[in-house]
Amino acid sequence: MAEFEYLRPDDVSGAVATVTADPDAAFLAGGTTQLDLMLKDRIIAPTTLVDITRLPLHGITGGSDRIRVGALTTMEELAADERVVLHAPFIREALLLGASTQLRNMATIGGNILQRTRCRYFRDPMVAACNKREPGSGCAAVTGAARMHAILGAGPNCIALHASDVCVPLMALDTVVQIQGADGERSVPLAEFYTLPGDRPDIENVLRHGEIVTAIDIPLLPAGMNSGYLKVRDRVSYEFALTSAAAAVWVVDGRIADVRIALGGVGTIPWRAPEAEQSLRGQRAGTRAFRAAAEAAIHDTFTVPGTQFKVELVKRTLVRILQTVSGVTS
Amino acid sequence: MVRAATKLGSVTEGTVILTVNGVQREVFVDNQTTLLDLLRDHLDLTGTKKGCDQGACGACTVHVDGKRIVSCLALARQYDGRDVTTIEGVAAEGELHPVQEAFVRHDGLQCGFCTPGQIMSAISLLEEGRASTDEDIREFMSGNLCRCGTYPNIVAAIRECADRDGDR
Repeated sequence: MAEFEYLRPDDVSGAVATVTADPDAAFLAGGTTQLDLMLKDRIIAPTTLVDITRLPLHGITGGSDRIRVGALTTMEELAADERVVLHAPFIREALLLGASTQLRNMATIGGNILQRTRCRYFRDPMVAACNKREPGSGCAAVTGAARMHAILGAGPNCIALHASDVCVPLMALDTVVQIQGADGERSVPLAEFYTLPGDRPDIENVLRHGEIVTAIDIPLLPAGMNSGYLKVRDRVSYEFALTSAAAAVWVVDGRIADVRIALGGVGTIPWRAPEAEQSLRGQRAGTRAFRAAAEAAIHDTFTVPGTQFKVELVKRTLVRILQTVSGVTS
Repeated sequence: MVRAATKLGSVTEGTVILTVNGVQREVFVDNQTTLLDLLRDHLDLTGTKKGCDQGACGACTVHVDGKRIVSCLALARQYDGRDVTTIEGVAAEGELHPVQEAFVRHDGLQCGFCTPGQIMSAISLLEEGRASTDEDIREFMSGNLCRCGTYPNIVAAIRECADRDGDR
């Protein structure tokens, strides 16, 4: 097993400087992805691990309209936050439908956003063809057995799924990522944080080597807006989504005054659905409008035989959650 | 910055000082050692089991600072200074923990391999207040797999503990 140095810096700038200066160094937070990929799957081998868990990036601040979540806040801690429970309950739902309690006690929000794909070909070093691991080597998933893979933002180079649940409502809420690097701090909307695979599936987001996510800012929902997260999966608990949908809807006099929608289990990145939102605004809440929104949301799909079923399943997932959060089932 | 403790000039190993079942322990480990391997291989606390060794089965569940985690995905060096409780630490003065007693009474095991993890998880679940319905017990125990399929008896054992504690 590859050896590595273990460092525990005293402050954020020290951590950033250490990783920035060493192309083979990596950050270590909750470890549930990083150590899995290093020690178990053995597909990454940083020579230095910089443990950031003692840095002051814990905790949640803010009020009923907006919260700042420190990157080291755990999934369980965010799910228990009263502001989330009251003003964006679909964040809590998505968190508690992901992983297990043990993993949620370890896994951080920063790490959740940065989690690597569960694509079995990516995680198997015996598979030679993976453009995400070895740019230009091909994609074993497009010709192999695929089920837990993406249909949106995907292409012949890569169909690896971004499997986060909580990123789906976070995307719907226009979350902003706070980043610190050697050159200072910057803010990037989550919607602009991820990059589509295109011809470089190995590049997944706009973070530069050595930059660290320090927090995320989440605008919460206004009063009157109901939200929900529906996750469809092969077993009832402790499983990744086949498809999922996060929706927040404000219905006034039977019409949709405002709506936010994002989809999971289908995208190479957490997938906002602006066309669906646009098609619903001002419409009478009802299954006809919900179905039209689902049709508008899903276009330019890239499917392989194993993922074809997701095209219809994700539409039905969206219709169902819109019915639930609007209280209109007809 | 804390550089790794050195021995023979190496930076790929170091000392971890942590409290395990109420006793402070000092252990010298390779950096890649997991908390699970520290407990089993260095402290001979083999009650904590290695099942999948990849965060999927829950057999390695322990408590750190009062919260349940999977020790197979925990880097030992990272847990320096923390307070760890394993299955060996839950029975006080030779008396079984009430959750252990309930597992015995309800036959909540067959081969027994997953049982330490199940019990550590169940103790946490009761403390978390998540045993108010059988549905919740199943959901919040779903990180612990049992290949013998004793789930109905495990749920019954936890339900009994929750009833006695007035949690439901």
